[in-house]
Amino acid sequence: MATLEIKDLHAEVDTEEEGSKEILTGVNLTVRSGEIHAFMGPNGSGKSTLAYAVAGHPKYRVTSGSVLLDGEEVLEMSVDERARAGLFLAMQYPVEVPGVSMSNFLRSAATATRGEAPQVRHWVKEVKQAMSDLEIDESFSERSVNEGFSGGEKKRHEILQLDLLKPKFAILDETDSGLDVDALRVVSDGINRYTESGDKGVLLITHYTRILKHIKPDYVHVFVKGQVAESGGPELADELEESGYVRFTGKKEAAAQS
Amino acid sequence: MTESTLETSGRNGLDESGAQNSAVPPRSSRGHRFTSYDVRAFEVPGGREEDWRFTPMKRLRGLHDGSASATGSLEVEVTGDSAAKVETVDRSDERLGTAGAPADRIAAQAWSSFTEATVVTIPKDTQAAEPVTVTVHGPGQDRTAYGHLQVRAEPLSEAVVVLDYRGSGIIGDNVEMIAEDSARLSVITIHDFADDATQVSSEHVHLGKDAVFRHFAVSLGGDLVRVNTKVTFGDRGGDADLLGVYFADSGQHLEHRLLMDHAQPNCRSNVTYKGALQGDSARSVWIGDVLIQARAEGTETFELNRNLVLTEGARADSVPNLEIETGEIAGAGHASAIGRFDDEQLFYLQARGIPYDQARRLVVRGFFGEILQKITVDEVRERLEAAIDKELAAAGE
Repeated sequence: MATLEIKDLHAEVDTEEEGSKEILTGVNLTVRSGEIHAFMGPNGSGKSTLAYAVAGHPKYRVTSGSVLLDGEEVLEMSVDERARAGLFLAMQYPVEVPGVSMSNFLRSAATATRGEAPQVRHWVKEVKQAMSDLEIDESFSERSVNEGFSGGEKKRHEILQLDLLKPKFAILDETDSGLDVDALRVVSDGINRYTESGDKGVLLITHYTRILKHIKPDYVHVFVKGQVAESGGPELADELEESGYVRFTGKKEAAAQS
Repeated sequence: MTESTLETSGRNGLDESGAQNSAVPPRSSRGHRFTSYDVRAFEVPGGREEDWRFTPMKRLRGLHDGSASATGSLEVEVTGDSAAKVETVDRSDERLGTAGAPADRIAAQAWSSFTEATVVTIPKDTQAAEPVTVTVHGPGQDRTAYGHLQVRAEPLSEAVVVLDYRGSGIIGDNVEMIAEDSARLSVITIHDFADDATQVSSEHVHLGKDAVFRHFAVSLGGDLVRVNTKVTFGDRGGDADLLGVYFADSGQHLEHRLLMDHAQPNCRSNVTYKGALQGDSARSVWIGDVLIQARAEGTETFELNRNLVLTEGARADSVPNLEIETGEIAGAGHASAIGRFDDEQLFYLQARGIPYDQARRLVVRGFFGEILQKITVDEVRERLEAAIDKELAAAGE
């Protein structure tokens, strides 16, 4: 049983126009293994910032608060230490790394997070299976990481890494955005396979309720202006689908199907 | 990093991410260049001339102004495939200088100053199965030496030649690489000097009819290394691929100047150079000139230079230049880019648990990968990979 606790987290980012700007204004959230939390909010509310701050992106400066993984302070760890401790961020815009093959990358990542190199024969099988589950063509393993991939292909590969690395906690940053109906199903199935063992925790960041038809959240949080404005069960998502974020922001912004 | 491709006569180096970079359009033709075997025919360069404006003249140690007289000699050792004929000849040998005449004062100084030359010949219709390695040792610290080397692949022959520069000193030399009709010649040149060394080298490449020439230029060591490479075509069907990698550290100046002189129809040239720079005052210069003369119809040419600036304080200059005097070409283009080491790439790899040093290595190896994988001599490729890893480890913290 693992726990990810975010306590009163404040973070800022340097902007060209306004200098440093506080984006996270005191986030409190606890995710335990076995739980799926949908994290919803209007554009610009700071959802992605939360994801990056927890993963340790250098652009986001945490000014106060804490992030504990089983009681250990995550904020004191380097980016790679966080990943090896069991945190995973599926990025909204995965980065291209020219000249580094997907297979080399996956193997390096698995070696790092597992603490030893996976046995070649098992590993090849494992990757093949995971790729076929996500309907990814085998030829992708010899291509450079994310280079020239379509948006949907990048998202599938994020989930491929999730399935192979099996972290304790996954933060999925708008993994559903930009996917067509088929790709959404494939990606959602991948996420459900990951959580199937019952000992994984998921923070599913999304703007729209659409993915919640495939992935059933235990909790739903509404995130506004850098804080959790309200938390509830799946019924909160139903309300957002009906009326959007207007109750939270005063502005009309749809949360239903994109 | 993205690239920009200009389809016509070019100027520039694109500054894509704020790394320092300079770009000035050339004032006059860079393709049609004065050449002479007589050092007195060249004025002593002051440093403002187009050919010299990127070079720190003081660090030439007198190679350019006649003050560096020979005080030592190069030690040349040839090993490898026995099919190659190796000779040491004196200046009077008539084969010397046939690949091209010196195009700047230092090349002419080297031509005027060498006393003996090494000639490596791959005889007609002979395939050398093993690489031929020519190791050139510098004359030693603060000593000056001038050298001359010719590699000649006779018609229908095939060989890989590794030219391995090592050691210390001040070196001016000319290297002729000749691929006669239908020969296939690969030359891997490695400039891996000690920290004190200065080398100014002029490479004269000449291709016969349907000859295939492959060049890998590798610059790693030395205080200042400046290499001029000019490729000329003697007849139709010549095919030249020139690939280069360089890694400039703190205080190093690595300069590569290339000229593809297309004077014959239906020839092809392709230039791809990639460099990484790290540390204060690490400096690289890449000049890529292509001249397509009026009669060179059906020419196909492309040149590309990419630079990866790993730390603040390093500077790369990149100037591609294309002069086209005929409309009947198969294709011509160039691209140049200078990019900063990408924090986003590092973050992505680290976010998957890969430690910082390894992530950095992956990114830089990936950057050089497309070139390194084309080096067919395993030990050379492995040596380069190890050298790059070592460079990264040295400044990884």
